Amino acid sequence: MTAELLNTSLQLSVPELMLAVGAMVLLMIGVFSGERSVTIVSGLAVALLIMAGLWLVLFTENGAAYGGAFLSDPFARFMKVLALIGSITAMVMSVGHARAERIDKFEYPVLLVIATLGMMLMISANDMIALYLGLELQSLALYVVAAINRDSVRSTEAGLKYFVLGALSSGMLLYGASLVYGYTGYTGFDEIARVLGEGERPLGLVFGLVFLLTGIAFKISAVPFHMWTPDVYEGAPTPVTAFFSAAPKIAAMAIFIRLVSSAFEPIRIDWQQIVVFLSVASMALGAFAAIGQRNIKRLMAYSSIGHMGYALVGLAAGTQAGVRGVIIYMLIYMVMTLGTFACILAMRRKEEGNVENIDELAGLSSTNPFMATMLTILMFSLAGIPPLAGFFGKYVVFAAAIQAELYWLAVIGVLASVVGAYYYLRIIKIMWFDEPAPEFAPVAGELKLVYGLAGLFILGYVFVASPLGLAADVAARTFF
Amino acid sequence: MYHAIVFLPLLGALVAGLFGRSIGAKASEYVTSLFLVVAAVLSWVAFFTVALGDSETLRIPVLEWVKSGSLDVQWAFRIDTLTSVMLVVVNTVSALVHIYSIGYMHHDPHRPRFFAYLSLFTFAMLMLVTSDNLLQMFFGWEGVGLASYLLIGFWYKKPSASAAAMKAFIVNRVGDFGFILGIFCLYMLFGSINFQTIFAAAADFAPHGEQASDVVLTLFGMSLDKADALTWTCLLLFMGAMGKSAQIPLHTWLPDAMEGPTPVSALIHAATMVTAGVFLVARMSPVFELSHDALTVVTVIGAITAFFAATVGLVQNDIKRVIAYSTCSQLGYMFVALGIGAYGAAIFHLFTHAFFKALLFLGAGSVIHSVSDEQDMRRMGGLRKHIPMTYWMMIVGTIALTGVGIPFTVIGTAGFFSKDAIIESAFVAHSSVAGFAYVMLVVAALFTSFYSWRLIFMTFHGKPRASADVMHHVHESPPVMLVPLYILAAGALFAGLIFHGFFFGEEYAEFWKGALFTLPENEILEHYHHVPAWVKLSPFVAMLLGLVTAWYFYIRSPETPKRLAQDHRGLYQFLLNKWYFDELYDVMFVRSSKWLGSFLWKKGDQATIDGLGPNAVAARVQDITGRVVKLQTGYLYHYAFVMLIGVAALVTWMMLGSAF
Repeated sequence: MTAELLNTSLQLSVPELMLAVGAMVLLMIGVFSGERSVTIVSGLAVALLIMAGLWLVLFTENGAAYGGAFLSDPFARFMKVLALIGSITAMVMSVGHARAERIDKFEYPVLLVIATLGMMLMISANDMIALYLGLELQSLALYVVAAINRDSVRSTEAGLKYFVLGALSSGMLLYGASLVYGYTGYTGFDEIARVLGEGERPLGLVFGLVFLLTGIAFKISAVPFHMWTPDVYEGAPTPVTAFFSAAPKIAAMAIFIRLVSSAFEPIRIDWQQIVVFLSVASMALGAFAAIGQRNIKRLMAYSSIGHMGYALVGLAAGTQAGVRGVIIYMLIYMVMTLGTFACILAMRRKEEGNVENIDELAGLSSTNPFMATMLTILMFSLAGIPPLAGFFGKYVVFAAAIQAELYWLAVIGVLASVVGAYYYLRIIKIMWFDEPAPEFAPVAGELKLVYGLAGLFILGYVFVASPLGLAADVAARTFF
Repeated sequence: MYHAIVFLPLLGALVAGLFGRSIGAKASEYVTSLFLVVAAVLSWVAFFTVALGDSETLRIPVLEWVKSGSLDVQWAFRIDTLTSVMLVVVNTVSALVHIYSIGYMHHDPHRPRFFAYLSLFTFAMLMLVTSDNLLQMFFGWEGVGLASYLLIGFWYKKPSASAAAMKAFIVNRVGDFGFILGIFCLYMLFGSINFQTIFAAAADFAPHGEQASDVVLTLFGMSLDKADALTWTCLLLFMGAMGKSAQIPLHTWLPDAMEGPTPVSALIHAATMVTAGVFLVARMSPVFELSHDALTVVTVIGAITAFFAATVGLVQNDIKRVIAYSTCSQLGYMFVALGIGAYGAAIFHLFTHAFFKALLFLGAGSVIHSVSDEQDMRRMGGLRKHIPMTYWMMIVGTIALTGVGIPFTVIGTAGFFSKDAIIESAFVAHSSVAGFAYVMLVVAALFTSFYSWRLIFMTFHGKPRASADVMHHVHESPPVMLVPLYILAAGALFAGLIFHGFFFGEEYAEFWKGALFTLPENEILEHYHHVPAWVKLSPFVAMLLGLVTAWYFYIRSPETPKRLAQDHRGLYQFLLNKWYFDELYDVMFVRSSKWLGSFLWKKGDQATIDGLGPNAVAARVQDITGRVVKLQTGYLYHYAFVMLIGVAALVTWMMLGSAF
């Protein structure tokens, strides 16, 4: 590699480099100034993420780096920005809860930065090895974060479960990658696509595809690889859950899209079946299982499973409109889920600490009307009721499926969202019509800000829909 | 002037209805009553200028209403003799009832509402009688139905009153259904629903030559030629008239309507609304006159109703129900008159009947008022000395109703002229059923006399049967209630004497000026003047017989009716239960529709649609949820197992999928 090439590569990956170096610096700060440094480390971590994001938007150009293993294209940048926003928001939201949730350790922000770095690498990966490295970097950080409250049995159990199952899925992914390498002779996405484009489709390669997608489906918690989700969501400290539900999903969905839209584009018929299967199973399970939940974090786990199913509807279409739909869907999903988790974090009483039962929301409309209104907007949006953002998210993916003549998939999606509407509406009913439960403690400013902004975005989505759609269009065009 | 006549009551209704609370009950009473008195005076002026003057038929447009294709309907007043007669009847009785109600309702807390309804009713009735087209008439028709419903159920906390109000409304819907179909038919046949156009076209409508058998209308799957189409149209219109005017078999609502306040019974269920059917047929006389078959049906229905209601009236014990059945019976007389082509006689009887029947109702109201709201005649008796004015007014009403007069002279009460005119016309009419009608009417006249005098004797004569407490409180009504009685009594005594020449006598043509249409071959007026003496005597004899029998039964030998009732138990029960019409309808319509309704509700909607639809889906969703939640065991190896199963399934699918 010549110096010039190295220079280009470094330039294209400046945000990642910033995060990598920054994470290590933060670690040093933390280690040398002890436990009390958690506030300053958190602040610096947020600043670091913001800087990386700004650099990404302002200075990063298109191009391939490190011998084609790392790509910087509109799609990658769009998804990276989303992931960064998710990480930053989650980190901001956890500040006030650090002590109560016993995550007031300086390792926590450092781990989040490292996880974010992993996501960004993953999003840009254009090679099996780069993909795996990014994925593992992210996952390893997340395993630790899930179990960060070492004194809580639930938290450690969640971390352990996540780790074991995650290891299993990583194994499958690696196995799949090796099969693909074995049958095509390449690890780079472009080369794989070229070989497949020559018309070969050995069964072993399809096996490899299945295993590969399985590994990623685990990360986006698509059925039947979702089993960890409810337990981890419930067991992990709430700020961690909020983080889990947003940024990593974006990254995993991004690599899913890249994998099938570039490397395996020539064998679309094959992966389409897999995606459809994952999609239908996720939508159905997300809708049905959530009805039985009393714990709002578990409910959100099933909700996110369902939403991944809806997003996959767009991907199943395999068209530019479909990819565009998925991108928009993920954007809206992230806003909705972060806003909702801000509300969940606000479910706190002075004596009991954080509460997670849905019934604790009873009568919120009279005790905290603003939060109740925002949560109502969020729930309506999650249920997909017009004119809120959630409706448009569903609309674009279903429209893409219809265009691709996947009628029955769209029909199943609509039916599942009808069933799913039940549990969102039930929360609204509890908030507005039930006898008030004891009041919550005053809500921290940053949480108000997050759910307020989320509510505003969802309400006003119609007004920003066209510029966002344009950006998503540019991102989606990367593959077509 | 005509605008004032029609719209003053509406104004009164709006004032009392919308501002009754703020202006108070007294003001509401005075405003509505004053407006009605003004309207009544103007009506008499109109009557003298139009009916007794030589004014042609007036048409006064108010505003455009419906203009759609060939349908062109205006709000307009059609003022001819028929209208002016109705205006006089409606507004006079209404004004008197308004005044009377000030006294009668003085302890009721909802007087503004009551007066608003009364005025609203009057407006709707005026709309009906002044209508220039069938749609406007239908508007008034439904308006009076609504007001009647509201007033019968005025004491809506009383379940029987609410039930009676609903019954009146629902039974009337049956008639209205026929009426509106009749309107549709007329539109089909004549291409218009304006009276002017229909009447002009009707004259040339009569089929002749080879066109006679052309199909002009298809109704209920029947292809009808001109004659049949006209007959069916008339019958459908008559169905509406039957509902409003309580003719068999749609009469059942009228006796129950007595649940309303007594002034309401006097105004709506005696003098005005129930005569709307008579008015309709008279107004449509240019069409009815062309259909001999339809007129025959009208005659038969009228005769049967006159007879039936009179028989039922014989044994009723509720003072208002006796008068209600009497009303029903008298309406039968009017329909007989219409059926045999003696339209003038019908309207004449309508006119006089309004006076004496309103008098009887208001008198009965005065009685009820004095005996602490008791309506059962078995708990009255001996009231003559306590309420002498009411007694004498009731006597006047009774002699007018029974038709007291000296035959072959012009001395007699209102009923003597109008009722006897109908009976005698029935005798001479050229109709296959004329004989039947004549016999029925004479017998009914006998019964009428009997039950009327029975009412008087049971209420005012004999020993008091009310409790000492009630008797102690018996008091004559205040002047505000008695004065309307005097005025009506004057009408009941002299209306026949003064007007019989105009309505159905020498000045028939000059008076009606074509408002009532008769074919040239209809010469009933001629024949009526030349009936045999025994026919002229027959109603008089019937009346005397009834009087004597009643006297014998209830003054001379009070044991006789009881013994008679015991000896003929079956007949007595049959009459007491009103020929079991209500029971029959209950079985035929009420229960069957209730059964159908509850079948559709419980089996159809709840069991089938809900059970297999929403509820079943919801239950299945819960089942699935329960099972899915159970999958989440919390065991790590289960989770890993599920993942591997998933991979295995996908791999298998891909293998088999590629094999296919």
